This record gives sequence, structure tokens and C-alpha cells, in this order.
Amino acid sequence: MTARAPKIAVEGLHAYFRAAHVLRDVSMVVPELSVTAVIGPSGCGKSTFLRCLNRMHELTPGARMEGTIRLDAHDVHGGDVDPVHLRRRVGMVFQRPNPFPTMSVFANVAAGLRLNGIGGDHGEIVERCLRQAALWDEVKDRLGASALSLSGGQQQRLCIARALAVEPEVVLMDEPASALDPIATAKIEDLIHELKTKYTIVIVTHNMQQAARVSDRTAFFYMGELVEVGPTEQIFTNPKEQRTEDYVTGKFG
Amino acid sequence: MSALGLRRAVDVGMTALAGSAVLLALVPLASVLWLVVSKGAAGLSVAFFTHLPTPVGEPGGGVGNAILGTLYMVGLACLLGLPVGIGAGVFLAERGDGRLGRGVRFVTDVLAGVPSIVVGIVAYGLVVVPMKRFSALAGAFSLALLMIPTLARGSEELVRLVPGALREASLALGVPEWKTSLRVVLRTALGGIVTAVLLAVARAAGETAPLLFTALNNQYWSLRPDQPMASLTVQIFNYAISPYEDWHQKAWTAALVLLMLVGLLNLLARALTRSGLGGRR
Repeated sequence: MTARAPKIAVEGLHAYFRAAHVLRDVSMVVPELSVTAVIGPSGCGKSTFLRCLNRMHELTPGARMEGTIRLDAHDVHGGDVDPVHLRRRVGMVFQRPNPFPTMSVFANVAAGLRLNGIGGDHGEIVERCLRQAALWDEVKDRLGASALSLSGGQQQRLCIARALAVEPEVVLMDEPASALDPIATAKIEDLIHELKTKYTIVIVTHNMQQAARVSDRTAFFYMGELVEVGPTEQIFTNPKEQRTEDYVTGKFG
Repeated sequence: MSALGLRRAVDVGMTALAGSAVLLALVPLASVLWLVVSKGAAGLSVAFFTHLPTPVGEPGGGVGNAILGTLYMVGLACLLGLPVGIGAGVFLAERGDGRLGRGVRFVTDVLAGVPSIVVGIVAYGLVVVPMKRFSALAGAFSLALLMIPTLARGSEELVRLVPGALREASLALGVPEWKTSLRVVLRTALGGIVTAVLLAVARAAGETAPLLFTALNNQYWSLRPDQPMASLTVQIFNYAISPYEDWHQKAWTAALVLLMLVGLLNLLARALTRSGLGGRR
């Protein structure tokens, strides 16, 4: 792939939950308008890494982090950065679909705008985001229905549309397809391909085939350390580290 | 085979035991209902709901002002108590793990155990004495004090039931924490909280002791918060301790009216719980 400008640059990142040291000295770059997959066995720190990028990590009691994370060369921990504003630029999709149960399909997509006090009827934005999330055709006749009336896969795409509506630059996805069946998973993966023309995407996944299918670059985490990061093809066919090779060939994990 | 027979025999025995325990528990409830309905129904009329009380010996009259007074004071108590009680509940659920939270929780638990007559004395000291008069406001204040602890602990439990994933979803959209607490978390718990509020209101409507020396009583229509006000419970008390047969009849009928009011609130709470508003999903 062609070299792209770095969107996020992480340097010497350490993360802790109270005494537990869950990320050790992670440094890597996320190029803009690309998909970066983060893989590794359970408990290796990949979700924590993702949650550091939009400063959700620090919301957990006892959690803290050290090191620098730059978004467009700006330190996200700088004194002038409000984490609330940062999270509007760096959106997030979670492992389990979590639409707001008291809101309709429409209101869920518009929630980020409405809750942030942005008025208007939002009709255009909602339609555009639902189209981007490849959900429009399935829900256009029942925008007023409860979000919980959708299937699990539809709910997850609704959550993606909801994240897109606040016009983020980066979308973080924490195992977005792990609670879904193979057909819904395929839809989410197609969607990720579409989205990377407009957004920078970082996706955590348990599923190595998924990482190979959707990502341009892959980072392999093990025991809180970043073992290796590089073009996805290289990580899966010709890794530099023995541990990476052992993991991607299924010797452990 | 005999082991199975034994299990069946134990099953039948235990079912019979549990069934008779249920019947036994229902006896007091049924007898209260029967007594109040049978003695009170005779005095029921439209006038009983709309007219003022009459002096001893004069037939007719009603408890219209007392019904209005009960509704008025409970409403005023909600105005005072709901924001404090629910606000404290949200605080305990969202930020209640620190020292302040533990303190608030302890005080709430102690307050919940304070007898209602003591709450009445406190309201007397804090509101009636400085104002130099009995008032509906003092009555509402004492009722609010009674509602706050149950509301706080009730809404804390309900807010805690809201999945953390929803809070995270909102925060990840760049919504500030206080707005997330109010517009996502509290909104999601609202159905349950409405039920908790109705149950607290039903309880407050049935309180007599805190009103005896705060709102006192009033023989006339009144909507002024700074004046004494009639209430169903105090009216029942006054009728019941009087030596007149006519007033005893009125006490029973007023008790029936109060029972209907509280029953209606409970039914409403159940209906809301069953409908989508109270449902968790």
C-alpha cells in the first residue's frame, strides 16, 4: 500500500488498572484512511489499547496511562484537549450492540447530535449515516420503531451509524462482529471496506481471518506488549517475530 | 419406585403447607378489606366526595376538602421530595463509591428507619415553629422527608440496573458525563423510577402521624400552603376518636375512600410496570 500520513501516533504508551500493568511501552502509528487491525490472545491488552485512543480507559476506576498519543500531531492529553471533544473526533463501536433501548431507530442515530444540543430535524444526516452503515434499505420504513426490534446484526450496524452521525475522523471498533452470525459479520466487514475511504479505522478482533480480510495493517499484541506491527500481508505470511508466526499459524492463543 | 413415591408424597405435603401459609397470610388482608368495605360502603355518596364536613348532629356532608388536601399535600411533597430523592439516588449509583457516597447511603438508611411521628416532630420544629402556624407546607415537608430515603435507595437500585454499555455508548459519542447520567442513564431507568415514585406516593398518602401537628386540620376548603389543611388520614383520626356514632360511620367511609385512593395508585404502578414504560427491554 502507498504510504499515508499518520493519523494517530502512539509513543511509549503504558496502561494500568490499579497495580496491574496491562500495556507496556507500546509505540506505533496508525495511517489515515486505512484499516488497522489489532490482534492477540485474550487479555493481551488490545481492548485497553483501543480505549486509550479515545480516553475511555481513564473512566474505569483505578485506571491510568502514561506516554503520548498524538492525533494529527496534537497530544490528546494536552491541557487544551477536552476528552469529551476528543471522543467526538474518535468514535467507538463496541463488542455487543448497545443501542439506546428507550429510543427509536431514528433517535438512536440522531442521539449524538441531540445529546450534544445540536438542533434541527437531522433527517438528512440520519439517512446518510444509515446508508453508510448499509442499513437504510432495511429500516427506512420503520425509523420510528424501537431500536430493540432490530436483529443483532442490524443493531450493530445501527450503532455504527450512530457513531458516524457525529462525524468522527477515526472509528474504533472493539470486536464489532464477535456477537454476530457469519452473514451479519460479512456485512460488517463489507461495511468496513466502504468506510475506510472516509474514516481511519482501528479494529480489535479475535478472529485472524477477519483481520486478514479487512485490514491494511495489523498489530500483534501479546501479554501487554506490541510484538509486531506491519502490513497485514507481511504479518500473516512473513512475520519478523517468532511469536507472531506461532500465533498466526495457530500454535498458541 | 418407593423413592419416587416418597418424593411425590413430600411434594404434595409441601405444596399443601405452602398453600395454607398463603391462605393464612391472606386472612388479615381480606378481613381489613371486608371490614372497611362493609362498614364504609353505607356512607358512600357523591356528596361525600364533594361536600365539606358538617358539625356533629347535622346529617350529610362529606370529606371533599380532606381528599383535596391529601392530594395537594402529597403533590407538594413530590415537588419537594422527588428532585432530592431521585437526585440522591442517581448520585449514589453513579458516584456513590467514595466517602461522601458511603456517608449519604448511611444517612439515607438511618432516615428510612426513623418513625413517622419523629419526622412529624422534626417538621414541627423546623417549619411550624418558625412560621408560628400550622400549614400545608409543613405537612408536605414532613411527607417529603418520609419519601426521600425510599426514593433515593429505590432509584439507586434502578439506575444501577442500567447496563454500563449504554453509559459507554453515550460517552463515546462525546456526550459529557452529567448529560449521560441524566439523559441516557436516568431516562433508561425512568420506567422503574415512576413505579417507585407511585409506591412512595401511596405510602405518603396513608401517613397520619407526620400530619397531626404540621398540617393539623381544616374544616373548610383551602389551597393556601401557609394555612392549616385537612387530610383524609387526620380526618379519619378525628372522626374515629370522637364519641359520636355518626362520625364513626364517616371514619369508616373516609377510610374506604383512602383505601381506594392508595389502591388506585398501586394499580397504576403495576400497569406502568407491565407496559413498555416500566419494562427493562
